[in-house]
Amino acid sequence: MSLRNAARAFPTMLRIGFSEALAYRAELLIWVVSTTMPLIMMALWTAVAREAPVGRYGTQGFVGYFLATFVVRQLTGSWAAWQINFEVRQGTLAMRLLRPISPLWAYAAENLGAMPMRLLVAVPVALLSVAAVGREAVPQTAWGWPVLVLAIFGGWLITFLANVAIGTMVFFMESSQKLMDVWLVLFFVFSGYMYPVELFPPLLRTAADWLPFRYQIGLPVEVMTGAHGLAETLGLLGRQWLWILVLAVFSFTLWRRGVRRFAAYGG
Amino acid sequence: MIRRYLRLLGVQLRASSLLILQYRGDFLLEGLVSLFWTVTALAPLFVVYRGRESVAGWSFGEALLVVGWFTLLQGVLEGAITPSLNGVVDHIRKGTLDFVLLKPADAQFLVSTTRFLPWRATNVLSGVGLFVYAFHLLDRGPSLPGLFASLVLLGSSTLLLYSMWILTVSAAFFVVRVDNLTYFFQSIFDAARWPSTVFKGTLSFIFTFIIPLALMTTFPAEAMLGRLPLKSLVAAVGGSLAFAFISRRVWLRSIGHYTSASS
Repeated sequence: MSLRNAARAFPTMLRIGFSEALAYRAELLIWVVSTTMPLIMMALWTAVAREAPVGRYGTQGFVGYFLATFVVRQLTGSWAAWQINFEVRQGTLAMRLLRPISPLWAYAAENLGAMPMRLLVAVPVALLSVAAVGREAVPQTAWGWPVLVLAIFGGWLITFLANVAIGTMVFFMESSQKLMDVWLVLFFVFSGYMYPVELFPPLLRTAADWLPFRYQIGLPVEVMTGAHGLAETLGLLGRQWLWILVLAVFSFTLWRRGVRRFAAYGG
Repeated sequence: MIRRYLRLLGVQLRASSLLILQYRGDFLLEGLVSLFWTVTALAPLFVVYRGRESVAGWSFGEALLVVGWFTLLQGVLEGAITPSLNGVVDHIRKGTLDFVLLKPADAQFLVSTTRFLPWRATNVLSGVGLFVYAFHLLDRGPSLPGLFASLVLLGSSTLLLYSMWILTVSAAFFVVRVDNLTYFFQSIFDAARWPSTVFKGTLSFIFTFIIPLALMTTFPAEAMLGRLPLKSLVAAVGGSLAFAFISRRVWLRSIGHYTSASS
């Protein structure tokens, strides 16, 4: 029943999310500027590749890779952990809990509602990438496009669910901010955000393949730049959705147990 | 006047250290996290230098010096600058900045000295450790006048960082919902991890003149290697003073713009 309620209310919540993104456009701009790391990495790696290509990446290859990274990061971002942290500490979560739909739906809707605004940033960059690198900057094959959409959506789901899990830890400790910092460090190293995962030394490469981080950024980027054949892509996609399943079960359980501990004072 | 402010500084420092001594357990955790950061921050460096001698004219050991300065300044930033100024953002959102503005002392001084995180000194230590290791790799010592110059640059870099942070916080007066302002600032500062010669064209211009990251980490590293021209040293010090002046003006303007929550 709760699921039916949620399904009926979700379009409205998405609209609210969109209005909010529209209202706080300055914050969106700050977020965009603070995710310019791929552009800095692009400068660095093209400087490295100017002397000799790295792996199969030449100067052009890196430009395509990092512009794709920028696009994917825009579309897979989530800030639910900060939100949960803040609302639990301020007690305002109580207001959300009074509603007949789980607050998690609201957080998801707020993230997804911002998508049109994010596309406004991402699409021009993707076009720029095509202009700079040529057709190789976007999927070449017919199956590439739907798989790309699926991979980006999966990437967002992993980011969102991990955010929920980490944010929920605030019920058990004073603040989960530090935990989020640790997650972010690992994310930066293992996701392919700072360099393609295939440039890793073999041991770290294996680690990256098994950790969830590369399925947030690396996989969608690789699909976008056409790094793998169909069979290999589907295999990686399978791992991505396996992680989604694991994280979903984990974070929902954690959330249910956490909310029971929640006591708002005067919220 | 100056004596009064020194005494005030002493009071603020004592208050914030008492606050921190309540959470002694954090010391270990913070130290571990900061060490962890330093190590992971080195990962891209290892990947970049795998199988090549130099990048944009910087050998591995030399680039390590830049990372060392980055780590050290990060400690200064997160230990002495960010914590108290994060408080300002909170004040602005809640409208409690009035309480600070009403006090009979300079508001910028008050908000800049309210909170310190001495734990972050571990970052400074890891920075120094990186210097030692880098010079061990380079198989030589730093030049003595260069070392002196780099200390001067440490002062000017700190001033620069502080001024940039004041500018960022001033933006909070105009854009109220700024939970991620710290994150924004840190992600820009992150570019300082690389020798500035890596950046070409527009980025190079931005990082030298608009957001002077090159002055903060690349210059001191070059000074330690004894190859920073005197002209650059003078320009760095002059530039940071100018930056501090500008940020002070902007801060005063922003305070003027501030309307409390109730008005």
